[in-house]
Amino acid sequence: MDSSSEYSLHHPKWHRHRTPIFWWVKRWVYICFIGREMTSVAVAYCAVLLTMVYRALQSGPEAYAALMSLLSHPAIIVLHVFALLAVLYHSITWFNLSPKAMVFRLGRWRVPDLMISGGNYAAWLLISGVIAWAYATG
Amino acid sequence: MSAMKKSNDPFWWTLFGAGGAMTAMLVPMLLFLIGVATPLGWIEGPSYASVSQVMLHPLTKIAAFFLISLSLFHWAHRFRFTLYDGLQLKHLFQLIAVICYGGAVAGSLVAAYVIW
Repeated sequence: MDSSSEYSLHHPKWHRHRTPIFWWVKRWVYICFIGREMTSVAVAYCAVLLTMVYRALQSGPEAYAALMSLLSHPAIIVLHVFALLAVLYHSITWFNLSPKAMVFRLGRWRVPDLMISGGNYAAWLLISGVIAWAYATG
Repeated sequence: MSAMKKSNDPFWWTLFGAGGAMTAMLVPMLLFLIGVATPLGWIEGPSYASVSQVMLHPLTKIAAFFLISLSLFHWAHRFRFTLYDGLQLKHLFQLIAVICYGGAVAGSLVAAYVIW
């Protein structure tokens, strides 16, 4: 049945196989799958964090200093360690799957998967290095 | 398992994909520096003056807005299908879609207001 189709109020009770909510904890690959999908929550959180940084920057040095001291709270640091693990998992799974989404052909030759994901990893290292360098040198 | 979920709507998928790629490249290092390395004192954070000089540059503002907005649309698309598949909430199809994409639109508007 199409999930978007309309329900009618009165219909005979047909047999439906109920899937339990935690169907995915039974196999490791399913846990990894749900875990990968849930990294999007950490990604959204980082968007909120960046917006908070902008609000502090626009408000002035005092607000920025207040945000920085808030970020030094141990509970916030722990939260950020978990968020960091999640976004790292997001990046790794994303780059590993990139050959599935990006198919390049030169004539009849198809660029191998390893070169596409490798190129993504190389770009990731380069971009991360530039960000770290810009941050560290102020 | 299939990597990319089937979607009827290429528009949302494009935003999901663009957000996924942009965040995969940029977010881990940014979060590591701001959220972990600086608070723990591993690295000294730049001064307010230099941070605001870089972050409030018109081009940085545009890039930051795209990063924030696409992150939210990436979340909206992925989280929507996680609720359908993971929690078996297929009967709430429209409500979940409206909340997820609506949240991303609202968050983008807030971000634009804050940034500019």
